[in-house]
Amino acid sequence: MPAHKLLGMALRYLLLIWIAMIFIFPIVFMVISSLKPDLQLLSDSSSLRAFLPVGDISPTNYLSAFDRAPILLFIFNSVLITGITIVFSLFLCSLAAFSFVFLSWRGQGVIFAIILATFIVPFETIAVPLLLIVNNLPWIGLEGIKNSWINSYHVQIIPFIADALTIFLFVQYFRDLPKDLIEASRIDGATWFQVYRRVIMPLSGPIIATAAILKFLMMYNNQLLWPIMVVQEESYRPVMLGLQYFFQLNTQWGEIMAYLTIITIPVLIFYLLLQKAFIASIASTGIKG
Amino acid sequence: MALPACLLVFTFLILPFFMAFGLSLTNQRLVSPNPTEFVGLDNFKKMLGVSFLIIEPEMDEAGHIKLDNEGNPIYPRVRNFTRNQEDFPQFYKKREWFQLGLQDGKVLVVLSQDVVFLKALANTMLFALVVCPVQAGLALFLALLINQPLRGINIFRTIYFAPVVISMVVVSMLWRFIYDGQNGLLNTLMQMFSFGLFEPIDWLGNTSTALPAIMAMSVWQGVGFHMVIWLSGLQTIPLSHYEVARIEGATRWQTFRYVTWPSLRNTAILVMVIITMQAFTLYPQIQVMTRGGPLDSTQSLVFQAVIRGYEKQDISGGSAISVILFLLVLSISLFQRYLTREKN
Repeated sequence: MPAHKLLGMALRYLLLIWIAMIFIFPIVFMVISSLKPDLQLLSDSSSLRAFLPVGDISPTNYLSAFDRAPILLFIFNSVLITGITIVFSLFLCSLAAFSFVFLSWRGQGVIFAIILATFIVPFETIAVPLLLIVNNLPWIGLEGIKNSWINSYHVQIIPFIADALTIFLFVQYFRDLPKDLIEASRIDGATWFQVYRRVIMPLSGPIIATAAILKFLMMYNNQLLWPIMVVQEESYRPVMLGLQYFFQLNTQWGEIMAYLTIITIPVLIFYLLLQKAFIASIASTGIKG
Repeated sequence: MALPACLLVFTFLILPFFMAFGLSLTNQRLVSPNPTEFVGLDNFKKMLGVSFLIIEPEMDEAGHIKLDNEGNPIYPRVRNFTRNQEDFPQFYKKREWFQLGLQDGKVLVVLSQDVVFLKALANTMLFALVVCPVQAGLALFLALLINQPLRGINIFRTIYFAPVVISMVVVSMLWRFIYDGQNGLLNTLMQMFSFGLFEPIDWLGNTSTALPAIMAMSVWQGVGFHMVIWLSGLQTIPLSHYEVARIEGATRWQTFRYVTWPSLRNTAILVMVIITMQAFTLYPQIQVMTRGGPLDSTQSLVFQAVIRGYEKQDISGGSAISVILFLLVLSISLFQRYLTREKN
């Protein structure tokens, strides 16, 4: 390779690495700081030592973070809420999409158009009236009848199950599936639900992964506004609300960094393992243009 | 089969959406001893109404403008107008939003009943106006960078995208530390690169830097998302087009200008719309980092909707803000429709 090409290559890599540092430095700082006592954390941040695991390194912050807040409970809540929402969302939204694509019924077009239109309604604009609705909805549970959904798991799950994007992604995917597959199994005497379950869903692996990842990011990462409004009891709080515990009484930055690391690193690992699927799912939101 | 999902969309999306419109025309509170009343557009008038007051410098008996110790003209206090119900009922109980110097030393004072809302509206628009082009541009730059056939390029793509999977709540907490005035990392790095010339700034504690600091952080977190969308647009361009450009001897800029950019038109509109919608719903950053301060310099529409609708239990006020926010988003997406239609 001639010298000027080699130089050009080196410059490109230098630029790429320099930008990579911008994206990575807060994350490295978070993890490294979570291992340092507060005094050192603060003095280190005035030099590049902030990014190096030097000095007094110990897991003390993690232990005291667990003492300060019921972290395992919050993680359990977040995983439970996110997990149940994803499962129901995939099932009900794919079922609806199936009906829109393969069945024909009156008003189909209009209803699909209305659902698509909700796409431009940001959740934030309906949060306040939604609060009024869930505050007045009855619920029959294990503890008997309650006249409000406030302070519960289901108030954090049910409103988020069906959404326009998930339905739309499934509709797009189903439209590209070969129609004769379905007709063949209908002739064999399969009911519509059997067609959905035995023929369509087994073919839908990629879109299920995409929809699940998008739902996961929307749910796990955004549990702030809505839980602030509807959950006052500790036992139903998701991880993002748990942060509040670290600002009561003497704030310890090391503990905060430990907590942030605990709730972020699993997602990052998950992302690194499935990065192709993550990136493909974001790219798929772009197809609708 | 579509029933369960449609029912859910109806109950938890469409119903509250129409309720927001209805409630914004009432004086509904979460818990109130008084019955709810229909008040028409009062909520909107209160929030959006502004009145203008022109004040002139005070004169002494001889007709000269009075000056203070520093030689600046002395103006009557705005308070004299807003606290005087008898003479100036139109200004009563209003607060100053901002002042504008006119000619001849006159000053235009814009007054409003709800200054906090107007600041939130202005900040949200400003946020969208700055973040959209900056984030879309940077994302395109990164996408072009990542689209090169270099060894190990996927590692960089993975890194650039990483902040997208981190919650904005976590990101905001981290950046609070980075922006800190005393031990903040940003000040440290700035001083290091300027060899100590840089004066440390309390980024989030300063009215002039707080909003820009939040903008920069939001771009940092979101740029990877839009990079991926640009990238998928870039990859739909057939390689033969580039081949032709190369044979024709086009420069790198010409190739971008005449081959790449025209094919990205729809992607560009999509990216802009997604960013605008995300920018208008600016919330977690404010909640975690500044709670609207200092001096309301980082108030946002969604943050105010939450403060009113939830913390102050003023359902109608919160709904009215939501309606305004929705109308903003709607006009943006209609604008998108218009742009895409023009081409076909």
